[in-house]
Amino acid sequence: MADRSTFADEVEPFMGPLYVAALRMTRNPADAEDLVQETFLRAFRGFEGFEAGTNLKAWLYRILTNTFINQYRAKKRRPEETDVEDVEDLYLYRRLGGLEAAAVGRSAEDELMDFFTEAEVARAVDGLPEAFRLAVLLADVEEFSYKEIAEILDIPIGTVMSRLHRGRKLLQKELYDFASARGLVSPVAAARIDGAGDRSSSAP
Amino acid sequence: MRDDIDCEQALILLYQFIDGELTIERRDWITGHLHGCTHCFAAFDFEQELRTVIRSRLQTPMPDALRGRIMDALQREFPDFGGGVPGLH
Repeated sequence: MADRSTFADEVEPFMGPLYVAALRMTRNPADAEDLVQETFLRAFRGFEGFEAGTNLKAWLYRILTNTFINQYRAKKRRPEETDVEDVEDLYLYRRLGGLEAAAVGRSAEDELMDFFTEAEVARAVDGLPEAFRLAVLLADVEEFSYKEIAEILDIPIGTVMSRLHRGRKLLQKELYDFASARGLVSPVAAARIDGAGDRSSSAP
Repeated sequence: MRDDIDCEQALILLYQFIDGELTIERRDWITGHLHGCTHCFAAFDFEQELRTVIRSRLQTPMPDALRGRIMDALQREFPDFGGGVPGLH
């Protein structure tokens, strides 16, 4: 049982990260602020039920996620269906991986930083269907384990993995479309990829 | 990517490797494969760096006023809320 008098000090380090997640969940700064505030009110209300010494971060994200699902997301009759069958593995690497190799002395990270602005990465994540967006956020941004994500979202670990797999593919496709729209991908490189859809035929 | 059964196996495990979700045995196997396969090494490196870029690009700072707003709401809602010295935020 957690002591309410230490609540503020204990949750303080998670405010910033929770806001980052809330912003990508609601896709709107005003809603994100309300969501974070509501999350902390609920957390304080339930803090005595939190077992001290266990995973406080995961506990807070579970409250955040449940609050979001119950209050902020658009009501849907059924889950969004998204076809990712046409997005192959390593989608972005096959298209952009060759370009960074040309820039001697620069890391892939430096190159990718140049490719994608903050606004573009945010829009790409925001464009993901909600189930995928939550899984990708919790894994790639908040660095939770599959097991923690399964507990936060209340779904089986296998479902976590499949949502991550599909969500990451879709994210890569959206990022590529931004790079493409900005002319960062040369027509030559694009043609090379298109002509090499069957990867066994592209090997020397 | 070479059309190679080891490369295909490595690719299947790519995300679990980057996510730190593999057993030590499988993790070591991947590491060994990456040492000997420049194609897979480049792909794994790209995915790892992309992850870092996505994470760092999404670190929007929390608005300054939100912290105080939350503390005010907690104090208003819960008389026993002791966090934060009144007037200090």
